Amino acid sequence: MTLPGYPEAAPLAGLAGGVLIGLAAAVMLLGLGRIAGVSGIAAKAAGLGGSGIARSGAWTFVIGLPLGALVVSMLQGGIEARFASAPVLIVAGLLVGIGTRLGSGCTSGHGVCGVSRLSARSIVATLTFMAAGIATVAAMNALGMEVLR
Amino acid sequence: MTRPALPALVSGTLFGAGLALGGMTDPARVRGFLDLFGAWDPTLAFVMGGAVLVMAIVWRAVPRMQTPWLAEAFHLPTRADLTPRLIGGAALFGIGWGVAGLCPGPGIAALVIEPGAAAIFVAAMLAGMALVRLFEAKSA
Repeated sequence: MTLPGYPEAAPLAGLAGGVLIGLAAAVMLLGLGRIAGVSGIAAKAAGLGGSGIARSGAWTFVIGLPLGALVVSMLQGGIEARFASAPVLIVAGLLVGIGTRLGSGCTSGHGVCGVSRLSARSIVATLTFMAAGIATVAAMNALGMEVLR
Repeated sequence: MTRPALPALVSGTLFGAGLALGGMTDPARVRGFLDLFGAWDPTLAFVMGGAVLVMAIVWRAVPRMQTPWLAEAFHLPTRADLTPRLIGGAALFGIGWGVAGLCPGPGIAALVIEPGAAAIFVAAMLAGMALVRLFEAKSA
């Protein structure tokens, strides 16, 4: 199914993927009583503070992410993706790492778990990183910076 | 019960599958969503909408539960203060997100899709997290 006016969009696949992410966060919340925030859990796995989840759980959660993506990739016969060059990825990664620690979360912890809980902090954080992301892409496009290969 | 490893693996695997199915492991799609003033791709809104919808229902069950199914207690954020640190951090994260079209979940999940590029992003992200921790240890 396509969306009128947006031929590139994949609304049904997006919705199905979103429901799976919601179920993933539900398992973390109802099962373990914790927020499925990827940045905090990744920091915990790496020994850099972060989530209060036990280190073993942090590691298995982090291992599950590529595992789940691999299953989908195998079922679909590969996944199309375009990435930026190494220097761009390094700059972006540093900003994401610093920003998510200072801001106590990312798209999953704030954007999914916090927004659905109507947490004021998460709603403000989500509006902020969305606005910053939109402004960044707009600025890069205005400067003619084509980063994805 | 104090064994979070298996439920966390289930959660992580569902999460990674959802990201891949929703197209979020493709930075082009994520940057397409952020390209609001250009060739906008609304797919990410459907991903986030689906996830938020499920979780909005799930949150309603939590107050009626004494404890989680597989742990002794809930450990949930309680802060409600809006600080410069929160907003500044979210802004830095958003800039990084826009630059390469990757946030932490898709960056890690993409390790099986484009291993080299994803590994560079994840390594830099962990370095950024380590920098914050280092700075905090010094100023504490």
